[in-house]
Amino acid sequence: MVGHKSAFMLENANPLIFQRSGARLLTSSDEDEDVHDPIDDREIFDILYLHLIRSINDPEHPLSLEELNVVEQDRVQVNDADSTVGIEFTPTIPHCSMATLIGLSIKVKLLRSLPHRFKIDVHITPGTHASEDAVNKQLADKERVAAALENSQLLEVVNQCLSTKSP
Amino acid sequence: MKDALVLVERFNAHPDSRCWHVAWNPTATLLASCGGDRAIRIWGKEGDSWKCLSVLQDGHQRTVRRVAWSPCGTYLASASFDATTCIWKKKNDDFECLTTLEGHENEVKCVTWAPSGNLLATCSRDKSVWVWEVDEEDEYECVTVINSHTQDVKHVVWHPTLELLASASYDNNICVYKEEDDDWECKATLEGHTSTVWSLTFDPSGQRMASCSDDRTVKIWKCQNIEGPGDMSWKCVCTLSGFHGRTVYDIAWCRLTGALVTACGDDGVRVFKEDLAADPDQPVFSLAAHVSKAHSQDVNCVAWNPKEAGLLASCSDNGEIALWRYQEDHE
Repeated sequence: MVGHKSAFMLENANPLIFQRSGARLLTSSDEDEDVHDPIDDREIFDILYLHLIRSINDPEHPLSLEELNVVEQDRVQVNDADSTVGIEFTPTIPHCSMATLIGLSIKVKLLRSLPHRFKIDVHITPGTHASEDAVNKQLADKERVAAALENSQLLEVVNQCLSTKSP
Repeated sequence: MKDALVLVERFNAHPDSRCWHVAWNPTATLLASCGGDRAIRIWGKEGDSWKCLSVLQDGHQRTVRRVAWSPCGTYLASASFDATTCIWKKKNDDFECLTTLEGHENEVKCVTWAPSGNLLATCSRDKSVWVWEVDEEDEYECVTVINSHTQDVKHVVWHPTLELLASASYDNNICVYKEEDDDWECKATLEGHTSTVWSLTFDPSGQRMASCSDDRTVKIWKCQNIEGPGDMSWKCVCTLSGFHGRTVYDIAWCRLTGALVTACGDDGVRVFKEDLAADPDQPVFSLAAHVSKAHSQDVNCVAWNPKEAGLLASCSDNGEIALWRYQEDHE
């Protein structure tokens, strides 16, 4: 898998680096079990940030997907009442060959983390990838996603992307 | 909406898994289901409720995507992501795997028997449609491989009376095939959907076809020269848009009542009824009944009971099967 990560990074040796947003401050109602806590965009972002974005790192460049601006909180749309989550991610370069894998990893992470009632749509930020439509169509096809996740090699790659490293 | 869909029964068919497909046998005494747990289950009615009669587990190594009964009801075919199709033979209450059809390069998405029972069609992510011939000794031979689509083929269906085959694809198109001079050829390509076409169904007369798509629409197609030689001319005569909130995964035309039912990724099941007073070249369909949360997750398949008018089975990503009664003019 190191090979994949390296391939991803070497395509763009001098990426723009963005400021990380701070950790979310807990409010008193967050800790109150009696208060219904709707799932919001920040919570989705935290799921991705803590378990995915932070862990897709290149060993040579200690950069997370957030610092590369692949995923931003502004591009996460959640509607708890309608049970929908929409995420746009931005590949670092328009020909990034990892785009499908990053999108698949984001989708799998959310499928595993959220209640099953949620409909999860993962798209590429419009205008940021050469094969945007093809990648979006593949990520939206649940039959292809299900079949991909039965492929043990691919599943291993996704799981490695999703394994939480100690920060 | 004057009509109603009333829940008859709901049961967990593939626990902790996805139920992809459900199929009634020709006499409607059995239901077969399949799913992400790699199993096929056979259901029968005992007393007032449906019980699992057998579990067919050792046929496939990966998800079983689809099951289809032969017209005689003795055989069951199953298509799997493991690239194979199994043929099962019913012996009393047991099912025995007779043979495994190999040849597709990757996931087999659909399998379907011709009305004669002598031909079988399969399709795959490898972009091809295969037609298999069955002889009296239960031997299966591939008679043709058709490569008319440019992407995954999601669905294949036979015409109800003619030896005519249609397929739906990730390339947004529908192809219709006929045998000519011992060779199967694509005689029409139906373009119109703007995303993946997931399923197809013929109307009871076989003159029209309905398709459903990731573009959230249903289209009705009509053919003027279905029996003639040469290329066929299919025309889209109706598009149902604005009804479905997400991908429409399945559609079924009832041979008994003429009602159309859809399975949708927005968890809904919808029944559409045709206005019989309308011009046949400009048919009008209206939403007759709608259950918005028919299941708690995507609905993958809908199947009308072939004997009991209005009885309907649906299945979902949550592993459940639900049975519904469609009641017209419900007040």
